[in-house]
Amino acid sequence: MTITARTPVAPGAAADELPEIQRSPLHAVRQFVRRQPLGTLGLLIVVVMFAAGAMAGWIAPYDPEANDFAAMMQAPSWEHLLGTDQLGRDIFSRLVFGARTALLVGFSSAVVGGVIGLVLGVTSAYFGGWFDLVFQRVLDVLMAFPLIILALAVVAVFGTGVVNVIIAITVPLVPRCGRVVRASALAVREVPYVDAARALGFSHARIVLRHMVPNVVAPFLILLSAFVGQAILAEASLSYLGLGVQEPVPAWGLMLQGGAEEYATTAPWIAVFPGLAIVLTVLGISLFGDALRDAIDPKLRDR
Amino acid sequence: MYRYIVTRLLLAVPTLAGAAALVFVLMRLIPGDVCVIRLGAGGAHVDAASLAACRQQLGLNDPMIVQFLDFLWNYATFNFGISMWSGNPVIHEIAIRLPVSLEIAVLATVIAILIAIPLGTISALKENTWLDHVVRVLAIAGIATPSFWLGIMSLVLVLDITYLATGHAWRPPITFVSFWQDPLANLSIIALPAITVGYRYSAVTMRLTRSAMLEVMREDYIRTARAKGLLEKIIINRHALKNALLPVVTLIGIEFAFLIGGLVVTEQVFNLNGIGRLLVQAVQNQDNVLAQALVMLVVAVFVIANLVVDVLYAWLDPRIRYS
Amino acid sequence: MYVRTGLLAAGLGLAAIAVLPAAAQTPKKGGTLTYMIPADAPPSFDGHRETTFATVHAGAPFYSVLIRVPPDNPASTTDFVCDLCTEMPKPTDGGKTFTFKIRPDVKFHDGAKLTAQDVATSWTYIVFPPKGVTSARVSYYEMVDKIEAPDDQTVVFRLKRATTAFLPALADPFAWIYKKEQLEKDPHWYEKNILGSGPFKFAGYEVGQVIKGVRNPDYYHKGQPYLDAIEGVFADKQSVRVEALRGDRAAIEFRGLPPSARDQLVKEAGKDVVVQDSDWNCGNILTPNQRKKPFDDVRVRKALALAIDQWAGAPALAKIANVRTVGGIVFPGSPLAATKEELQQIAGFWPDINKSREEAKRLLKEAGAEGLKFELLNRNVDQPYKYVGTWAVAEWKKIGLNVEQKVVPTGPWFSNMRAGTFDVAMEANCQSVVNPVLDTGKYLPHTVYPENYGGYTDPKSIELYEKMQVETDPAKQRAAMRAFEKHTLDTMAHEIVLPYWYRIVLARSYVKGWKISPSHYLNQDLANVWLDK
Repeated sequence: MTITARTPVAPGAAADELPEIQRSPLHAVRQFVRRQPLGTLGLLIVVVMFAAGAMAGWIAPYDPEANDFAAMMQAPSWEHLLGTDQLGRDIFSRLVFGARTALLVGFSSAVVGGVIGLVLGVTSAYFGGWFDLVFQRVLDVLMAFPLIILALAVVAVFGTGVVNVIIAITVPLVPRCGRVVRASALAVREVPYVDAARALGFSHARIVLRHMVPNVVAPFLILLSAFVGQAILAEASLSYLGLGVQEPVPAWGLMLQGGAEEYATTAPWIAVFPGLAIVLTVLGISLFGDALRDAIDPKLRDR
Repeated sequence: MYRYIVTRLLLAVPTLAGAAALVFVLMRLIPGDVCVIRLGAGGAHVDAASLAACRQQLGLNDPMIVQFLDFLWNYATFNFGISMWSGNPVIHEIAIRLPVSLEIAVLATVIAILIAIPLGTISALKENTWLDHVVRVLAIAGIATPSFWLGIMSLVLVLDITYLATGHAWRPPITFVSFWQDPLANLSIIALPAITVGYRYSAVTMRLTRSAMLEVMREDYIRTARAKGLLEKIIINRHALKNALLPVVTLIGIEFAFLIGGLVVTEQVFNLNGIGRLLVQAVQNQDNVLAQALVMLVVAVFVIANLVVDVLYAWLDPRIRYS
Repeated sequence: MYVRTGLLAAGLGLAAIAVLPAAAQTPKKGGTLTYMIPADAPPSFDGHRETTFATVHAGAPFYSVLIRVPPDNPASTTDFVCDLCTEMPKPTDGGKTFTFKIRPDVKFHDGAKLTAQDVATSWTYIVFPPKGVTSARVSYYEMVDKIEAPDDQTVVFRLKRATTAFLPALADPFAWIYKKEQLEKDPHWYEKNILGSGPFKFAGYEVGQVIKGVRNPDYYHKGQPYLDAIEGVFADKQSVRVEALRGDRAAIEFRGLPPSARDQLVKEAGKDVVVQDSDWNCGNILTPNQRKKPFDDVRVRKALALAIDQWAGAPALAKIANVRTVGGIVFPGSPLAATKEELQQIAGFWPDINKSREEAKRLLKEAGAEGLKFELLNRNVDQPYKYVGTWAVAEWKKIGLNVEQKVVPTGPWFSNMRAGTFDVAMEANCQSVVNPVLDTGKYLPHTVYPENYGGYTDPKSIELYEKMQVETDPAKQRAAMRAFEKHTLDTMAHEIVLPYWYRIVLARSYVKGWKISPSHYLNQDLANVWLDK
């Protein structure tokens, strides 16, 4: 495995690729769309979800928290596009406001958890020794620790609420990121290049940032996109167990809890639509993350 | 190699100690205790004297440090304690439920590996073809789906489909039978949860297999092998796959260890009497002893799984060694 | 098919309501009853110690009690019949002494004869628990002075004073009769072991799965039990229980299912499923914490009560949650309960909700608490806590209050209430035998009743209660109860009583003999249940 020179042309590579010239950003975008149709689809989905969340106040036909006992558990109709839930609340409105919560929780937890994990993982791989030892143990403990106890403790002590849910979800993400990043960084660390750089007097920070991090960026990004999705799913699981966001806040995970399961056979729309929303959003984020990673992977870029 | 294993086992001790401290502290941070829940279950009032007697009997009035040292000492002497809720030894409570969880986990892992590795490899080899796209979307959808939602939907689906097909809706049996008693009944209970869990598991593994294979296939030594005229099949099996599997093996190991604890939600959905549900019950009942034991179990399984994975890792890639 | 035993009519729009023929059919012997128990395993099988219905549903078929509610009319709030005694005694000595004669033909399942000594010892352990023994309901029996067994056939209860609260307390469904020898040898034995004298003999228990019993051939109520065997399956999840009933894997679930499950099953199973329903001696109560401002101001508390539209909310909630009947502090089925007209005089029950809310806003303004923001402490259980909580929050929003629900698991819920670290709490008040005099003790200040979490002192309240408690003339007692109720809910607005729970029990139509009662703790020994198939 080499880091430096690569042969400029390889069999199987895109033969029509021109040498890299700085083109307009528009061209880069068009290239992306052409090369990564799935990624574009994913991006579109994410953009739609973001827009829905941002403009929720305008596009939601009803107040997502307003009970309407005259209209409980109605099937989708012109009045209620996606039907109503067991308290008569419009599901479409709740879905749209729920996008806010989902994306907020998802991105916050993922970014915070991922960045902490990245920094710690790379540092640990680079320095090795005692630091790595202790760090590994802490990672092991946090990673194996069942989320439910953590979440319950956070909820019991700090109460429920979006911020506390984010805190609870961030914790298991850090070690998962740290571990994979560390594994990738370790593979790079052994290479003579790093030793040579040290011999030349480059600082730790410079070596780490300029040569180790770029090589772990690809798995890190794909992890990050996975994390956003996992955070949204973790929020759903916690809400299902009653430890996440609480009524009457509209949140997709919360909509899947309790009543949805009770009425799964008589009023399936209560459970189906929030679930689909989660699946779609996480799908979109993941597709886009994958495409992004394919596009900026340094190994590919060198061609 | 042996030194490596022994060192890792020794290193497991601080991990376990750390987990013990964490679970101990967290359980006691939660307001309330098992006595209040047990005596106040009916919503009727709780007799103060009974409450005090219960707490005294379970050692809840002892100072924290005493409780913690007790806990550590017991574990060091392999005494895992008596459940505060039921009064049965913790070992007993876990032993009757472990087989259920293990069965689901193993079945799910098998399903995952059988699906993920071949599909992930094919997807990588046929990059950017429609087959690749389909597999990728399926994989990502698998990760994107909340497992409990999938479980609920699958139950409803199975019900509806069997009803439409045969006029009689099929439901899994309500009491669990072990595989040795009645394999068919057992599988009919385990199949859906294993598939629900396995689908997610396979999705994650599939993606990483694909991405790892893609990276490896672009390596210089692969190009060299091709240039040398080696058969594609040999290239894949002997060179590419072995190196690609490095991160994949790590992931499978991590995911399996995580799986045991992650069965919590699945067992809730399918109402299975496994250790995931036991953990939920222990936490809800604030049964500190049982919760501690379960966490230690999960962490221990995790540590061992990681050790196995790392040994495999070191064996597959001679460059990585514990230093 | 639909059999109604509740007191208030409710139009639910279900098809053809048929009434069972009044003439009883002849019970058939044989068969195994599989029933669902909506819990994970109970912490123990010791009825004296536990408070959860799971223990009763699992253990009651194996034990006998001294007296109980009549099995063929368990909804009665005034009658009690003998189980182990020969006849219901008339109290002597000014109502302070009750002498029970015990049947001579009772045997424990291991063959040993059951005598008055066993009864007296079991009751002594309940009323005067020795050190190290837990008796969860010991406070019900503070009126008991002495328990004696002068011979093998007689048990005598001597009370400190005459009170109508004694007999209902004696009929407590948890008061199982244990063997004296065993209790004295090891009082904790009954936590893990079952040895009774009841209609069924213990035949096996798989932890967290199923408990089994077989007919006791020497049962002293001749002819019973009709069933050959029983099987209680533990299933915490509602969907599992509903599926089991739907697929005829289980015949009945004794606690109660929500309206959605009922509607579902009735729609799909039609006449294969029978519904019995009844008002439930359980309810939710909203308790403002008077140790915290501004809940110490009666105007604020009254405003909270006035904002809630009980009369419109209850029927709507009844469709999705297991609540139904609007009531005051007394169980709606009891003669001591308020009529609709009497209730409508009390704050929070006014017939005109707009007027009520105007008054609420006015009171808030006067108290300087407009737009008040606070937290409602609620328990993390769907039925009906969270539904009712969400409804209450929405009602308060209508008078401009900004309320967030703090939903926590059972442990923290309890301990927050006991510690007084809440703004307003959603409590549950569940009793077994309907005993209004004892049950309304809940509304007394914590100096008298420690489990009152409102944190207030109120000598007038105690005065009114005591006046009601000693009254022997029913009409005067009723008037005294109204006075106590008005003081508690209106004048001082200490608590807000939300609609009472509603018990809906679904069974396959071949299950006969079991009748519903206002409490899921009652009538669970299954001796009179038979299968018509």
